Amino acid sequence: MIINHPLLGPRDAQEFTYLGDATLINRPDWQSENALNAFHDYLYLRDNPAGEHRELWYHEQGDRSWLVVTRNTMTHEILNVELAHDVAKAAAAERSAQ
Amino acid sequence: MHKLKPITPLGSDTPRQDVIGTITITEVVDQALASVAARTDQGATVRDAMSDKTGLALPDVGKSAEVGPYSAFWMGPDQWMITAAHDSHELLAAELKSSLGDKASVVEQTDGWCRFDVAGAALCDLFERLCNAPVRTMKPGAAIRTTAEHLGVFLQRLADDRIAVFGPRSSAGSLHHGLVAAARSVA
Repeated sequence: MIINHPLLGPRDAQEFTYLGDATLINRPDWQSENALNAFHDYLYLRDNPAGEHRELWYHEQGDRSWLVVTRNTMTHEILNVELAHDVAKAAAAERSAQ
Repeated sequence: MHKLKPITPLGSDTPRQDVIGTITITEVVDQALASVAARTDQGATVRDAMSDKTGLALPDVGKSAEVGPYSAFWMGPDQWMITAAHDSHELLAAELKSSLGDKASVVEQTDGWCRFDVAGAALCDLFERLCNAPVRTMKPGAAIRTTAEHLGVFLQRLADDRIAVFGPRSSAGSLHHGLVAAARSVA
């Protein structure tokens, strides 16, 4: 499997490690009133889709960046690769705009 | 006072050199290393400060640069490894920290790494047996992090027939074994 790194171009999947669902980026605010419930959901509830899935991958044997990889779990086709840094920044900008 | 004397990463008094066929593998021990990581949103300021103080333009993704005594290669987003001769820049990390202040985190790396310079015409044949890096398309000045002999290493292409390999110092023996084994298989 080849992951097309946004900065470095196509790199072998051997160089990466997998963390899990990309929603792990959206860590709840521990100071909010419903923190307990929010953390329960954050920790235990995951979608397990057969098909398109957004995942966090770490380029451990490369530039050590975190990536959000959109992968089809049925065909292993990789549809999109973004820097997790950019995804998190965009999400924060969206939250502050609301 | 104990009589302490430095040893090379391979544990000898003098740097090792192996000549196998057309390939020469040289242990390089005369370089000081320091990593520079720009703090949040300080990437551009660190580049400016570095070029003001040392004249070194910090390289872009997958590249390296060299000016005067300093050389640098890209390690990751807003992160670089800086090298200079150990004799004249033993305190490289302190020197860089005083020019960059709190714009960047600077870490002494000299004794964390071992370096082997591999030279010879069959260079690409050797590295394509050893690692995933697209060495044939890497031009002089290109730098990449990859794995070799199960170790995370940096490859820096110094010239068409010369590549520097930086690997973890504590695994210098294994890395050297991998390089020598690959050199024998192409000799």
